[in-house]
Amino acid sequence: MSRLKFSILFFLVLFVASESRAEEEKVAELKEEFNEALLLRPLPDRKVLAHFHFHSSAPPTRTYGRHHYLFPKSIYQLVHKFQVREMELSFTQGRWNYERWGGFEPISSSYAKPPGVELWAEFDVPHHQVDDSWKNLTHALSGLFCASINFLEHSTSYSTPQWSFRSFSGKLRYGTLPREAVCTENLTPWLKLLPCRDKAGLSSLMDRPSIYRGYYHSQRLHLKSDEFDTSNMSTGIVLEQTLTVVLQPNTFSEKISQPSWSLSSLFGRKVSGKCSLSHSSNLYVQFEQNLLSKVNELWGKSEASKNEILINESVQNNPLFELSLPPKRVIKEVENLQKEGSILFEFSIDNYDESDPFDLGLKWKLPVVWSCRQAPLRASRFLLGSGNERGAIALSMKSTRSNNIERAGFDEKECWLRVGIFQVVPWYVKVYYHTLEVFLDGELQSTMDNIEKIHVSPSEDKVSPGVMEIVLRLPCSVKTAALTLEFDKGFLHIDEYPPDANQGFDIPSAVVCFGDFLTSMTFDDNSLQNIPILSKLQENTPVISYTEVLLVPLTTPDFSMPYNVITITCTVFALYFGSLLNALRRRAGEEERLLKAKAAKKTGPLTLMLSRLSAKLRGKPWEPPQQSSSTRSSINYKLIVKVALVAGIGVAWHYYFQ
Amino acid sequence: MEENSEIGSKRKKLGFWKWAIASVVFRLILSYFSKNLNLSSRPEVSTPLTSLRRLAEAYWLKQLSMSPYSGSMYHGSPLLLSILGPLTVKKIEGQPSHLLCSLLSVVADFVSAILIRATGCSLVTAHGHNLKSLGLDKLFKDTEILPSGDIAALVYLWNPFTIISCIGFNTSPIENLFVVLSLYGASAGQIPLASFGWVVASHLSLYPLVLVIPVIFLLGYGLDAPPRKLFFQSNLRDGEGRSADSVDLKSLPNKSIKTTFFSWRRVIFFFLWSSIWISYLLILCAISMKEHGGLGEMFKRTYGFILTVKDLSPNIGVLWYFFAEVFDFFRKFFLIVFHVNILFMILPLAIRLNHRPCFLVFVYLAISSMLKSYPSVGDSALYLSLLVLFVNELAEMQFSFFLFCGYVGVSLLSPVMHNLWIWRGTGNANFYFATAMAYACFQIILVVESVSAMLNYDRKIRKICNSAKV
Repeated sequence: MSRLKFSILFFLVLFVASESRAEEEKVAELKEEFNEALLLRPLPDRKVLAHFHFHSSAPPTRTYGRHHYLFPKSIYQLVHKFQVREMELSFTQGRWNYERWGGFEPISSSYAKPPGVELWAEFDVPHHQVDDSWKNLTHALSGLFCASINFLEHSTSYSTPQWSFRSFSGKLRYGTLPREAVCTENLTPWLKLLPCRDKAGLSSLMDRPSIYRGYYHSQRLHLKSDEFDTSNMSTGIVLEQTLTVVLQPNTFSEKISQPSWSLSSLFGRKVSGKCSLSHSSNLYVQFEQNLLSKVNELWGKSEASKNEILINESVQNNPLFELSLPPKRVIKEVENLQKEGSILFEFSIDNYDESDPFDLGLKWKLPVVWSCRQAPLRASRFLLGSGNERGAIALSMKSTRSNNIERAGFDEKECWLRVGIFQVVPWYVKVYYHTLEVFLDGELQSTMDNIEKIHVSPSEDKVSPGVMEIVLRLPCSVKTAALTLEFDKGFLHIDEYPPDANQGFDIPSAVVCFGDFLTSMTFDDNSLQNIPILSKLQENTPVISYTEVLLVPLTTPDFSMPYNVITITCTVFALYFGSLLNALRRRAGEEERLLKAKAAKKTGPLTLMLSRLSAKLRGKPWEPPQQSSSTRSSINYKLIVKVALVAGIGVAWHYYFQ
Repeated sequence: MEENSEIGSKRKKLGFWKWAIASVVFRLILSYFSKNLNLSSRPEVSTPLTSLRRLAEAYWLKQLSMSPYSGSMYHGSPLLLSILGPLTVKKIEGQPSHLLCSLLSVVADFVSAILIRATGCSLVTAHGHNLKSLGLDKLFKDTEILPSGDIAALVYLWNPFTIISCIGFNTSPIENLFVVLSLYGASAGQIPLASFGWVVASHLSLYPLVLVIPVIFLLGYGLDAPPRKLFFQSNLRDGEGRSADSVDLKSLPNKSIKTTFFSWRRVIFFFLWSSIWISYLLILCAISMKEHGGLGEMFKRTYGFILTVKDLSPNIGVLWYFFAEVFDFFRKFFLIVFHVNILFMILPLAIRLNHRPCFLVFVYLAISSMLKSYPSVGDSALYLSLLVLFVNELAEMQFSFFLFCGYVGVSLLSPVMHNLWIWRGTGNANFYFATAMAYACFQIILVVESVSAMLNYDRKIRKICNSAKV
């Protein structure tokens, strides 16, 4: 019996032990991770795109606990305090040039941001608490990043997109500050979130003068958490920090259209080894497909062999360019429509250190001109009209290339191009949505034909901004499409004007989204999914572009003279009140009689004044004193009584309060 | 305004109907081309309350099954929206899109003019009767009694303010129509009509609410007359001295006795009818606002908007700039002060002028159009033509030429200053505000002078009566 018991106990112990081991394994599997990567890409207009990508992840608290050694504590607390499901904050200076730097690729769709600050966040709280969470979040972020994000707290500055911007849940809030100046004071706290800051690894390239000298600078923080999901499939918090800069390499005497560059010439620094806390630390150089196809045209090589040649020869005797270091591997993008994809050269900086810093250089051998892939329509937005009373917003879209329309259901007759537009307009620009007009190739269309879906929440004075979400359905053959909306300019209270009121007010960028067009890079190798930057590039994202920020000048009142306005207006009102009351209570007959009495009998001035006073007090027509002596004496008697009464009250008051 | 009246009297000889029809044709021609005149966005013509453009926006929102009040665009009545809304969208083939609305306001203007004429005619007959019953008809024989109704109607039709607001694509002609309707109903003794006009006018623009006092006086005492004390005296005198040797005298004493006593029955009827109309309107509004927040939302967005002066865009009043500049913590205080200013003068005026209810209507309208939060020239047009109804009584009004010049000057200068400030950016808000200030001052002088002229006229009659008695 005891044996049996023992054996059961033994099995139990064994079972528990094995289970705990399995849990341990699971924990070991869920580990904090930090990855860094830098993607460099030559751009057609002699510039270079540098895209820093830092990826930190923390496993869910339920299995892992609250203590982290890599993941920034402030972000973890932010997520838990405000129950953030997803959030993106970007600080941008300059405008992404969709025409020259590309509009149909993962980087432009996901990392090109509107000027200033853009923040959107989705919360995991009940609907009525979302606004409170948003307000608290803006204040927290404002403190974290030394920026005036707290201005997004007011309900006039953020909006709730219904369906056009990412989410359908209604728990997403979106706000932008187009005029926010971005500088190092925002970058430093952002770098603080990285485990190595800018002391080691790829982030040590971020030399402030060279970064801020660039044409475009976008510093972004994307946060995704499913901490609050009940399912077991939760992945914890993923923090993605990217910095996208477009730099102009310093070149002087070169005749070739493309400048050669190296890391040290671009950033003024070299990479002295990887951040030792990072799991992977790679550098990629990307060459676009249009560039490669141009090369092939130039060299007239046969279709079949071109890419292989390019890849094979890429290191040493590539006809076009020369990389100063041999790549670790070459990753080729696979595209479905028998088109060549772009090529990524991967370099690892694991083996470099202080004494032997990593410095990659690219040298062009031949002049080459190419263009980037464009979004089907290039959107730009501008204002119509003059004067400070009214105007119109026009959003014009020009077709970039007709052959760019490569869609699943490509049919000549039923070919439609869906364009989603999400536009937030501050309340002082009072848009008349019924004046919405759509022009196709310069011809006015009856509006509802080309609108597939529309949602408008008009602005409320001093409460909420106006939001317009619209899906246009345009024929594929369209060359230009334009959309106009008329508006009236509002007039603000003097306290509501910013310090520099005559500069004008900004209308934030509109988001133009081509929902049918997805950009992603496809690679053969499945193992590439483990590298965050590459898995990000492989995600399907709809093609998105931001339009220009509009500057609307508003009329200003005179700020210097509120007192004058108040006093003069009040004077006029007093004039009205006094003169009308005077006209009403004047009795001409009485005055005449008074004059007569004065002439007839020269009474003492004091008695006359007293009697007039008494008449006023009683509010009755003043009886001429000579009518009868009895009335006069009664007046005097009453007057004496009144004076005595007043004196008595005065004396009583005096004694009472002593 | 005397200028106008004299011109009007000359016109009368040429024929009222000819000129009235000419004015209608003129309006039609102008409204056909009004898109080019661009009057619909003038701050003098369309205010946030009366702009038909905002109404069209509200109608569009309503079509998308949203609340017409969402978006702080529309602040008018939901009933007006459901009547005028379809007109803003409907087009006659090949014609400008605003034509139907313009036609409606032309009709409204014409009907108002006819009603003003009818009121004026009854006023003139009442005037003659009163003089006769006081025995003063012989004294006034040398001065011709002008047909003030015709003159007022023509002034209303040919006033540039009315024409501009008629073709300016806004709702003030309709609001004016209901005010005039209530005045006409009260003066003709048609109680349902008077209460209907009063209720709808107050529903549309809130300020005609104060007209309840003159309407009660009109229904209670009858039309404008010299002070009632004089009738007592003359009645006594008639009873003592005169014998019934004239045909007129049979009816006259009866009439004067009837006007001397306040008829409570008609006032009670008025209130009964008003409550019926009010409940009817509220039920209609509640039905149309059922899905969009109910009546509370409507009151907040219409009357609340009027009373709290939320829109600070420039207009010809003075409140917009005042509230754009005043410190925020004084805002509520001044809101109360300015609105109480309208209410404050009601009682003194009602006490002093209770025998002249039609004139009281004019004074109340003038005061409210001066102090209201979003005034337009349509309001001025209405009270100016009502003023002309009293040409006979106000013949001795002071400063009339000065006021006429002032009105002309302000209406020329104000658009110039607005253009300089808003469009050219060379002027300053203060210049435009100065014209608004001057306009307010002229209106004040007009009100004060007309009131004192009316009081002087009464005084004169009393004096003559007293001297006749002695």
